[in-house]
Amino acid sequence: MSVVKMKLNGKAVNGDVEARTLLVDFIRQNLGMTGTHVGCDTSQCGACVVHVNGKAIKSCTILAVACESADVTTVEGLAKGGDLHAMQAAFKEHHGLQCGFCTPGMIMSAIDIVKRNGKNVSEDVIRRELSGNICRCTGYHNIVKAVQAGAANM
Amino acid sequence: MENFNYHRPATVLAAAAMLKKSKDGKYMGGGHTLLPTMKQGLAAPTDIIDLTAIKNFGGIKVSKSIVTIKAGTTHMEVAASKDIKKAIPALAEMAGKIGGVHVRHKGTIGGSIANADPAADYPSACLGLGATIETNKRKIEADKFFTGMFETALKAGEIITAVHFPIPKKSAHQKFPNPASRYALTGVFLSQDGKGKVRVGVTGAAASAFRATEIEAALTKDFSAKSASSVKIAAKGLMSDMHATAAYRAHLVSVLAGRAAAAAK
Amino acid sequence: MADTKTGIGASVRRKEDLRFITGKGNYTDDINLKDQTVGYFLRSPHAHAKIKSINTAKARKMDGVVGIFTGEDVAKDKLGGLICGWMIHSKDGSPMKAGPHPVLALDKVRFVGDQVALVVAETKEQARAAAQAIVVSYDVLPHVVDVAKAMKSKANVHDVAPDNRVFNWSLGNEADTNAAFAKAAHVTSMDIVNNRLIPNAMEPRAAIGSYDTGTESYTLYTTSQNPHVARLVISAFHGLAPEHKLRVIAPDVGGGFGSKIFIYGEEVACVWASKFIGGRPIKWTGERSESFLCDAHGRDHVTKAELAMDANGKITGMRVHTKAAMGAYLSTFSAAVPTYLYGTLLSGQYNIPNIYVEVDAIYTNTAPVDAYRGAGRPEATYVVERLVETAARELKMDPAEFRRKNFVTSFPHQTPVIMMYDAGDYGAALDKALDMSDYKNFASRKAESAKNGKLRGVGFSAYIEACGIAPSAAVGSLGAGVGLWESAEVRVNPIGTVEILTGSHSHGQGHETTFAQLVSERLGVDINNVLIVHGDTDKVQMGMGTYGSRSGAVGMTAISKALDKIEAKAKKIAAAVMESSVNDVEFKDGTFTIKGTDKKMGFGEVALASYLGHKFNTSEIELGLKESAFHDPSNFVFPAGVHICEVEVDVDTGLTKIASYTAVDDFGNLINPMIVEGQVQGGVAQGIGQALLEGAVYDEDSGQLLTGSFMDYNMPRAANMPHIENFQLGFTCTPCPSNPLGMKGCGEAGAIAAPPAVINAITHALGVRDIAMPATPLTVWTAMQSMKIAAE
Repeated sequence: MSVVKMKLNGKAVNGDVEARTLLVDFIRQNLGMTGTHVGCDTSQCGACVVHVNGKAIKSCTILAVACESADVTTVEGLAKGGDLHAMQAAFKEHHGLQCGFCTPGMIMSAIDIVKRNGKNVSEDVIRRELSGNICRCTGYHNIVKAVQAGAANM
Repeated sequence: MENFNYHRPATVLAAAAMLKKSKDGKYMGGGHTLLPTMKQGLAAPTDIIDLTAIKNFGGIKVSKSIVTIKAGTTHMEVAASKDIKKAIPALAEMAGKIGGVHVRHKGTIGGSIANADPAADYPSACLGLGATIETNKRKIEADKFFTGMFETALKAGEIITAVHFPIPKKSAHQKFPNPASRYALTGVFLSQDGKGKVRVGVTGAAASAFRATEIEAALTKDFSAKSASSVKIAAKGLMSDMHATAAYRAHLVSVLAGRAAAAAK
Repeated sequence: MADTKTGIGASVRRKEDLRFITGKGNYTDDINLKDQTVGYFLRSPHAHAKIKSINTAKARKMDGVVGIFTGEDVAKDKLGGLICGWMIHSKDGSPMKAGPHPVLALDKVRFVGDQVALVVAETKEQARAAAQAIVVSYDVLPHVVDVAKAMKSKANVHDVAPDNRVFNWSLGNEADTNAAFAKAAHVTSMDIVNNRLIPNAMEPRAAIGSYDTGTESYTLYTTSQNPHVARLVISAFHGLAPEHKLRVIAPDVGGGFGSKIFIYGEEVACVWASKFIGGRPIKWTGERSESFLCDAHGRDHVTKAELAMDANGKITGMRVHTKAAMGAYLSTFSAAVPTYLYGTLLSGQYNIPNIYVEVDAIYTNTAPVDAYRGAGRPEATYVVERLVETAARELKMDPAEFRRKNFVTSFPHQTPVIMMYDAGDYGAALDKALDMSDYKNFASRKAESAKNGKLRGVGFSAYIEACGIAPSAAVGSLGAGVGLWESAEVRVNPIGTVEILTGSHSHGQGHETTFAQLVSERLGVDINNVLIVHGDTDKVQMGMGTYGSRSGAVGMTAISKALDKIEAKAKKIAAAVMESSVNDVEFKDGTFTIKGTDKKMGFGEVALASYLGHKFNTSEIELGLKESAFHDPSNFVFPAGVHICEVEVDVDTGLTKIASYTAVDDFGNLINPMIVEGQVQGGVAQGIGQALLEGAVYDEDSGQLLTGSFMDYNMPRAANMPHIENFQLGFTCTPCPSNPLGMKGCGEAGAIAAPPAVINAITHALGVRDIAMPATPLTVWTAMQSMKIAAE
């Protein structure tokens, strides 16, 4: 066991972890923040996506100890003072979620896509760049709409 | 996954020393192959030496004739590099097609090449551009680097530090992804240098990336889509699985080479 | 009409979304109980083997191990086995051959992944390490994974079924059907395979079982689509505890698609074993690999189907023989799927006077097969629509016109396979779909595609399904072990806010919004003042859960009935308080008025009055405002529609792209069109997945599941779906006569309709008669190669 320290959603956090503890387990188990989900064990589904130092990564495929001193944002850290992030609001407005399980990862990935591709990101780019996020409910139709709308408002 | 000792060295020298000291240690770049493998219980190293904190381990340098990408550079950095887009646009494009966004944010060129997954994308670029792979010990030509499935010319403890890609006259990359995993079911990277010499690197089709010399010969004679796609590649020796038979992979090599020849710039 | 922004027919944004988009959802794995332990299942590495011995001695001594349980422990405690809740009889009258299905394997394992032992430890890593230290000695037996070969295999999955056949069921009149074929001017005959699918709801199954030693009662948190059915089965059949000593809670559930209807061994084992470790809760969260191996799979049919036509192109008969894989055990609903949810839909939208279907249900050494989105109806629709499309091509008729010629046009319509279609207008949906998809200009689009080296094809699917399951007496007579009604309770609080307790369960369908819309419409209450309570057997008295597109037609009708009672009682109270006759009370937009006067009371005022009892005689009118109702539907509901798919096939690689998709559906009246559209989009994606991408593959030699992860099982991704402007939805409406809201089900339609639409389009593009699902690039390229060889 060793102590790992990082910034999570703007707050300093720390906890005892083993070397093998994954970031997602640190977030869910140690910190009790359960918005970040685990939907697979082969780094494919994207339900666990968080931002580490501003980049969307799969928290199931990174060690907690490797995030020492990192700045981590989860879906819980997006809304500011009761105001939803534009991407969160767009997912609700465009019915971009059904069961909600993939949603946190989708939103975190969507924000990363817009950050790198700009407000006018094309439908093709959105679809291609969501390849690492699987949704079983929506058929992606409204997710793509939501990302476009969220992009415009970001 | 089994527990291990975690190390985060600041220098290549220290990393090599740590590996040497460990019982069964492994270097880790982005970790996107190693960690899933460990989660499945298919690997259980005693030590992980995380290379990502090594100072100046990443970075891109473009000279008149060479693009140098340091080992710790992520796929996303390569894909987004304005300099690479100008010098070897196909290389940036290729990096932009590796895995998904999250993989590209974490995965590194050094890790990808050292791992030598038969379906990884970088090996085709290394072969297709005639790259030189630099380690903490020596320089290795790409043609002598990929020796088999997950096997390379790297010796125990050797660390890739940079990859040097000669800038061709034109080049192109074509990938037909495995519909499930998004790895290359078959991928082709081709280039033509100032003297008209053509190189065609193929990944995903065989146990190890290879050069399609018949297509190179055809394209050297006549650099056209038809010239490349008319070459029939032998299925013998190619991989066969539920996603693609050897015959289908052989066919894809020709098709993708033809498309790459048409798209080369 | 209540506030049109929140009432029936409004695309109200979902009330449940806030918690999901902010990471505040409450899924089973998000819950942690005091003193919780972790459960881990040791699973069979073999497809079929005798268990000679299980040695747990070393594992028990390992760090953190709290307990290890095997099939023998289960047997010793006399915990009952898993059941199949639907009894099917073979055509010779004999009952289906149900083999034992223990909670943990006893004596034998029957598929790769069969659970052999439950290891309970302080942490998951400890439990996993201990599981690896258990020594199981197996005697490997011959296995069979291919349903087409299982009846002649030397593998014998269950002793009760020596030829692996569970039942040989039939429906329809064989002699009349044979006579129709004897007279037919044309017969279309096909061998049709419906590929095996793995449901893959994004939330893996999970459970936390605990035992309270003080109250001697159990609690099970679980990822269930129907917690009350889980309680009933665990109580009545496993015999764990009487129902009042067992609470089952299904909190937020991350998708189900059928796979979370069933009662599985893992959940039962966790709640049972808790008692033996002093009541400490045991949490098991399935890994995705376990979902692949052990969640009930769907489909897996091999069928010979024939269609008879007269000289005018009128269908005169249909004959179908299906081999349906059941997997290694009969799962909860499994026997109903290839029988009463399948054979009964073979008439499609067509007037077919003679139908005969025979089904062999067959054990294989694979994961059990049970209901997956559509359950039986996608298989039936695939048979019907592939046959009809092929017949039209053979008769050189336009596939749309061939369908129209054979449509049922008057209602009610009695098919030869039980179903009585109550309402519909199939021609209207066809017209609308042809128009929306611009069918008349297909030829020019095909020419355009050809210029780019692409083969373009168009495919139809005129589907019908029976859902809103189902009339209890009807299903009871067909072998169901339960009634398929629904219950609801409406509790009006003194300040006029409303709590709806429902036996339906929402795991993505948006009940918290649509059900509230109904209340808003009926009582004039703001939807934000309506709470939908579901998924907890201690809160909701009884319910049958959500599957078979039943929550609207059955669940909401129960709520509607309870609201009728609320309105009637509130009128009585309003009349008393306003000193008028109840016959003069009118209720509209949340206000009670007295005819011919200016007297009025708001709904909230009446609610308060009902709890005060100051202004009415409480011996005549009972205090309070709380009513409940059960609804048993009088018929299935019959959503139907026409889907048209256009594909482009890349000649060089065999890669198929959905160029456009048009879905026109008749779901009767829509409560929330936005949510309905979302259901169609999601269903179609799963249907496109089945047609192009998804297929479970077991290795014949080893019996191992080759498609055991997302690396090899091809889930639909965003880029596999048509572009926004190329995916059009339209609706027609014939209100359903069997429920007061006129609703039909919408949850399964897309998954039912899409596969034949896609495959009809690909075969049209290639000019081949058939192509196997999933039509992967390899499959399509291989088909094109054999065409080339044939042409040369």
